[in-house]
Amino acid sequence: MLEREILLEKMRTTPYLPMKAKIIEAQMVTDKEKFFRIQLENKINLGHIPGQFVMVSIFGFGEAPISVCSSPSDKGYFELTVRSAGVFTDRLHKMGKGDEIGIRGPFGKGFPIDNMFGYDVMIVAGGLGIVPLRSLIRYIMHNRNDFGNVQILLGCRSPRELLFEEETKEWMKRSEIKFNCTVDRADPDWKGNVGLITTLIPGVDINPTRTYGVVVGPPIMYKFVIVKLLEKKIPDHQIIVSLERRMRCGLGKCGHCQIEGVYVCQSGPVFTYSDLKKFKGECHEKAV
Amino acid sequence: MKYASLKKVNLNDWLGHLKKKAKLYAPRKKENLFVFRQVKEAEDVCLEYIPTVLPPKKYYFPQKEKLFKFSSQPFKTAKAIDKFEEFILFGVHTCDIAGIQCLDVVFRDAPEDPNYLNRKDKMTIIGIECLKYCDKYANCTSMGNHVPRGGYDLMMVDLGEKFIIHINSEKGEKLVTGLDYIKEASEADMGLLERVREAKKKIFKEEFIAPLPNVYNIFDKSFASPVWKDVGRRCVACGNCTAVCPTCYCFDTQDELELSLDKGVRSRVWNSCQMDDFAKVAGGEDFRKGRDNRQKHRYYRKFKYPVDKFNRYFCTGCGRCTRTCMADISLIETVNSLLAEEKLQ
Repeated sequence: MLEREILLEKMRTTPYLPMKAKIIEAQMVTDKEKFFRIQLENKINLGHIPGQFVMVSIFGFGEAPISVCSSPSDKGYFELTVRSAGVFTDRLHKMGKGDEIGIRGPFGKGFPIDNMFGYDVMIVAGGLGIVPLRSLIRYIMHNRNDFGNVQILLGCRSPRELLFEEETKEWMKRSEIKFNCTVDRADPDWKGNVGLITTLIPGVDINPTRTYGVVVGPPIMYKFVIVKLLEKKIPDHQIIVSLERRMRCGLGKCGHCQIEGVYVCQSGPVFTYSDLKKFKGECHEKAV
Repeated sequence: MKYASLKKVNLNDWLGHLKKKAKLYAPRKKENLFVFRQVKEAEDVCLEYIPTVLPPKKYYFPQKEKLFKFSSQPFKTAKAIDKFEEFILFGVHTCDIAGIQCLDVVFRDAPEDPNYLNRKDKMTIIGIECLKYCDKYANCTSMGNHVPRGGYDLMMVDLGEKFIIHINSEKGEKLVTGLDYIKEASEADMGLLERVREAKKKIFKEEFIAPLPNVYNIFDKSFASPVWKDVGRRCVACGNCTAVCPTCYCFDTQDELELSLDKGVRSRVWNSCQMDDFAKVAGGEDFRKGRDNRQKHRYYRKFKYPVDKFNRYFCTGCGRCTRTCMADISLIETVNSLLAEEKLQ
């Protein structure tokens, strides 16, 4: 608890000043994504909630919001998985073990893990969406008895883009969670499903009022997946999404992440479908 | 003392006095327009002015502001601003004071912004009440900002031969006490003030065709209005409207490196929601496409979203966005079009 207070105090007095952090492990996990294990100065814990993000700083290159992909139950460090998609992330990809970066955060509202206590959980991940969801999945694994049935549906474009391969293999083996994976385009070695992630949803067996549907993926994916979850009769407030936006401050000030009157960095990135329904037209992810 | 009076012949003496107390910024003429500048000579101060090109926001929320200094090898950060200086804003219109009040709420809202609050802490505001319209672009009456509504330390009203000064804070009181040319206002002065305010009511008329609560309601219904298409078609996305707005505060952060490529400074710089990359993410998705949607967003950030969040309109009525617009997009016209559209239906 004390660590959390140090972080909060830091935020209050110097919210723009990043903390020093060290990359203690780094490796490419696909052609475009790199995995980092990071330790804050004095080894303090980040104390985040799954679904929250940090602002990563590289001096001279700026700052970017990145989802944390480790669980708060992973102590002493936290993890990020980053796609190289611009000047900042290209530079981050050039960094490795022993390099120092700046960290601010954690920011935003995470997944409602306390509300989900005792409920069944159906996780739908598309592409990079598995990154913030890995934090939730690991948290659930570490507190498995707090949750009911857990199923994970994972989709990506091709088998080469599959993230966390070792872990997903393990998830597949574990009997207390159901795991299903699909790719848009198979390659000769692929033995699993082929097709969009939405094709997996009708087949799953759930008790809708007891189930939280958690969806994270590229912007285009949400409306299609949400429709399928609504068809399954999951209540609006139990459909959970996490939204990506441009961000500069994380403090609800700079304006870039705004959807209508809402600052995603403070009120999100995690929202319920009931929240999304209130938007009048500026939310791309809202199902029509 | 609640009200003081100052003869106009003594104005320059007072300005000289204020200049010694702290950095003094006041409006002055620049070509055919007006700007806030640091006062070197009291004679340069011009109190009969139309809203300055930039609002005094440039002093408490600078266009470019250092956040911290850094070095990468070794990893180090340090404060970029050691000391915030005392300063006085002199001759501020009531609309711009409303703008300061708006930014106060924004930057006090948790997580609070220490840079802004530190500056604000050192700021003294001396306002001046307008007795006639600056030009046809202002909509201060509809916004209720044509009369002082607090947020200042001192407020001056021109009574012809003299100024009557409302003292609204201890900080302000200190600037008018102990001077032989500033006296407590007499009853005759107070009577004159009342008559001036009464005369003002005949000059200032609501600029929108409906009262403010209706304006709020119309924004609730106008998300898909064709008015936005029209505004978007004319907009050239230059971002002037947001730069000159006293309540626009969106920013970007920027790193600047020394030639060593090791040490540098991170600053925040004004940014505009009218820029086409404002809501674009690295993956390529643009979450606010089109000039119509971006203009709509600007209007909603004045008349809808802040009202929901802070119960406060973020349009002060200064008219700067209309005055500066290269495409002649008029705020009064846009809001009135929305209102007229509703009446038709």
